[in-house]
Amino acid sequence: MGATWRFALLLCMVLMVSRSLANEDTGHATGSDAGTTSSPGHQTDSGHGTGEEDSSHGESGHGEEPITTLPIVSWKWHHVSTPYIVVLWVLVSWLCKIVIESNHHVTNIIPESALLICFGFVLGGIIWGADGVQTFTLTPNVFFFYLLPQIILDAGYSMPNKLFFSNMGAILIYAVIGTCWNAASLGLSLWGCHMGGAMGDLDIGLLQYLLFGSLIAAVDPVAVIAVFEQVHVNEVLFILVFGESLLNDGVTVVLFNVFDAFVSLGGPQIDAVEIIKGIVSFFVVAFGGSLVGFVFGLLISFLTRGTKNIQIIEPGFVFVLGYLSYLTAEMLSLSAILSIVFCGMCCQKYINTNMDERSVTTVRYVMKVLANGSETIIFVFLGISAIDKTIWVWNTGFILLTLFFIFIYRFIGVFFLTWILNRYRLVRVEFIDQLIMSYGGLRGAVAYGLATMLDENKIKEKNLMVCTSLIVVYFTVILQGITMKPLVNWLKVKRAAVTDITLVEKLQNKVFDHMLVAIEDISGQIGHNYMRDKWNQFEEKWMSRILMKPSARKSRDYVFNVFHKLNLKDAMSYVAEGERRGSLEFIRNETAIIDFKKKFGDDFSDVMPDITADTSDDHGAMSSMRRDTVPSISLEMHEQTMNGMRESEDINTHHLLQQHLYKGRKQHRHRYSRSHFDTNKDENEVQEIFQRTMRSRLESFKSTKMGVAPPKAISKHPKKDQQQKMPNGKSRDKSKTNYSGDEDFEFSEGDNASGYEASGHSFPMRVTYRAGAGIENPAFMPDLDPLAPVQTHPWLSELELDSSRVAPSQRAQVRLPRGPSDLRRLAPPRISTRSDDSFLQADVPLTPPPPATPAPPPYHYDGSM
Amino acid sequence: MGSSSSSMENIPNAERLMQETGFSAAHILNLYERFEFLDRDERGELRPEDFGALRELAMNPIGDRIISAFFRPGMETVDFPSFVRVLANFRPTETNRARDYSRIRKLRFAFQLYDQDSDGKISREELLQVLRSMLGTQVTEEQLQSIAERAIQEADLDQDDAISFDEFKKSLEKVNIEQKMSICSLR
Repeated sequence: MGATWRFALLLCMVLMVSRSLANEDTGHATGSDAGTTSSPGHQTDSGHGTGEEDSSHGESGHGEEPITTLPIVSWKWHHVSTPYIVVLWVLVSWLCKIVIESNHHVTNIIPESALLICFGFVLGGIIWGADGVQTFTLTPNVFFFYLLPQIILDAGYSMPNKLFFSNMGAILIYAVIGTCWNAASLGLSLWGCHMGGAMGDLDIGLLQYLLFGSLIAAVDPVAVIAVFEQVHVNEVLFILVFGESLLNDGVTVVLFNVFDAFVSLGGPQIDAVEIIKGIVSFFVVAFGGSLVGFVFGLLISFLTRGTKNIQIIEPGFVFVLGYLSYLTAEMLSLSAILSIVFCGMCCQKYINTNMDERSVTTVRYVMKVLANGSETIIFVFLGISAIDKTIWVWNTGFILLTLFFIFIYRFIGVFFLTWILNRYRLVRVEFIDQLIMSYGGLRGAVAYGLATMLDENKIKEKNLMVCTSLIVVYFTVILQGITMKPLVNWLKVKRAAVTDITLVEKLQNKVFDHMLVAIEDISGQIGHNYMRDKWNQFEEKWMSRILMKPSARKSRDYVFNVFHKLNLKDAMSYVAEGERRGSLEFIRNETAIIDFKKKFGDDFSDVMPDITADTSDDHGAMSSMRRDTVPSISLEMHEQTMNGMRESEDINTHHLLQQHLYKGRKQHRHRYSRSHFDTNKDENEVQEIFQRTMRSRLESFKSTKMGVAPPKAISKHPKKDQQQKMPNGKSRDKSKTNYSGDEDFEFSEGDNASGYEASGHSFPMRVTYRAGAGIENPAFMPDLDPLAPVQTHPWLSELELDSSRVAPSQRAQVRLPRGPSDLRRLAPPRISTRSDDSFLQADVPLTPPPPATPAPPPYHYDGSM
Repeated sequence: MGSSSSSMENIPNAERLMQETGFSAAHILNLYERFEFLDRDERGELRPEDFGALRELAMNPIGDRIISAFFRPGMETVDFPSFVRVLANFRPTETNRARDYSRIRKLRFAFQLYDQDSDGKISREELLQVLRSMLGTQVTEEQLQSIAERAIQEADLDQDDAISFDEFKKSLEKVNIEQKMSICSLR
């Protein structure tokens, strides 16, 4: 329903735009090639009530015509037309995305990028129908200056550096040699076929074929990431594809420029010297671009050292300087794409430590907004551009052969290069990975952008090339994009039949993950670690010193020790919070609540009618917040209540384990996604683990200390550390404490506001259920035992005091007597190992033993609900 | 190579270690460097605290268990040969012949992570401890109990309410241990 409504709105919007564009002329950004098409635009007259200035540009804001009287309001379309249209288009594209994303069962099958292109077709059709000519197309200028940079910057900024550099060799080989191979083989083969007469009468020479080959050679990061982010592949494969697609964009632009120059020079003038020059320029452009990016990255890092007092615009520097590095490289005719990639990669580490935590979050989010937004626009416009009669020049031979060769040579190139690489690589690229990598050779907007940049005077068949590149883009993005997921799934299934996995296996697989990570950490990255060691030393000694805030640097070094010693309190609060969260987690589940209510109603309704009413209120409030509950789980739960059979319980247990197992570091390291920003959860999780570890260590430390004759070696060491670091460590630690507490809070806030289903959901529960804080997660009870209750309770109630400020004594009274054992006693006995148990426990305190005590005030309504 | 061979001589029993574990000289050397790096007090042996100084390990839910797996029961320290021997569990094996043996060795290592009292059985309590450290805080004790219950039921063939090594091995029959427990850089 919502989708259709939105679609109607969208259509209105589009019609409005296309109507208004009748009035429009060359000024707007998306139509800077409209010089040829603007004159027909004027013929369709629309009824905007102002005087039509026939000036060809939108500069007519202030009345050229003498006014006779003071206008109260006036219609100034031309005054705003350019930005207005741009913004409208952005809006329209994003609306398309809303429509698409509202149907998840469709996006599960067809990738979003393909759907966006299809939407583009529709929009283009509407415009074409209204105007009889395609007024809006994606122009190279707009694409390369306003749409591409932020995507690449985002990719560079969120690049997993360690992974990238450890696979650097392979990525470079794929990106440079692979791209050259693609370009050369395609150009030569097409030329050969042309010579053989396969495509009729075409005015294309060898050089022009090579030029065409080079523009279409590059795998496009936009398209590739859009598809690969939905398909979860292993991290090596991911970084190979990701890195390759990023770098070979740069390479292909360079190659394109070289061949473009060759074409301008003309065949006869190209001799050995020119070719050598071409090769030299290739490397100069590529490495020069990277260098520019590197310099700008360092500049950003350096600048963020000093932005403590202007924290508000701190994040802006990243974007401004990033863009500047792109423009600078462009100005120097170096590779702008490579420049901005390396800029993002260099600065990420330093700015993340230099800037305030909030600024870092801002940078990340804004980066995603920009990148994802412009990606959407690009795809929509790729679709729109297709609906244009002028570019459609059909030549069956040329187009089909191009498609065929691209596909084949991609496979040959990848397999050959991998074969060579595998002889030197420690981590072999498996056959299946090679297959996916070849198949993932999606072409995208870069190819189209470059094709439209061709000079029609030099290349007679420009339109054929544009048209072919569009077809290639559609073919790869739509067809290969759609088939990619089934293919990956199919191959995966073949590789490891994961259908009937036991609990032990499941657990053990995770244990393996963690174990490997730990062993890698212990053994250090052996292999190419010499270079890395040297680099790290250099980095530590010079770059960090120059580029990082002294405070940030120190806290990085000592954070471990200081945290260890002084953050017990913080960890405890975290745990206390975890208890609250843990025991209340399953309230999320609506079915559970309904079921609960049913049961509860049966059991208690006659006794305490008002409580049931309360729960229902509560339920309503909550369900509005938790609409994105995982449906499957509620289904299972429901099933369970229906029959309580062993099988369903089994499923439930599996599901539970699946959902809550900590992820190994390996698993989430590679998850780059342009449209989802889910690192928060991971960070929280890491912190959770960290604090748990710290706590247990501290306890063991304590117990050894309190026990008989502590081993001297053990107690001496940390003490020394502590004394050393106390003086200058104190303030830092304070900030650290704040940081961790704050972070938790803020992330959850943000998550809720934006509807992410990360861990943040539990936060409102925590706030609301402050009063019920005494419910302790039994999971922690055994751990808590060594700490004497004398120690815990005053502190906990102190926290209560702090956090609630309302009637503390009463609350403490209510709270303290409740232990898990009480709760279990209160809970209906027949439900034992059920997962909604926690829910029952959580709410049971609300129903006091019937007659004796008055019901405690429903504290949990004093929160934000 | 000159420098490497000279420092090779600093390593006690390097030759024997290489034979025993199958590591190459370069690996041994690398591991020795790592060992020295971890051994900040330069006493030629590592204590649990030395491992604990690796920040990443603190982020690892079973980090502590892995650390303690390096120490033989009752020992407070681990010397270089034992260190290498433990790490050798994670070598990928080249030949099929060695694979069966290495699989058992790898599984032994994994098993002993659970079996903290080394009685050859994973009791329910031991499994619970691992689960407790592996699962997020969202899971309640009852749920943990039920998971442990099911896991033991699944694997427990002789109905003694614990998982012996054979049962453990059996329940992981389908898992590609070779792939899951190998680190390529240790090849």
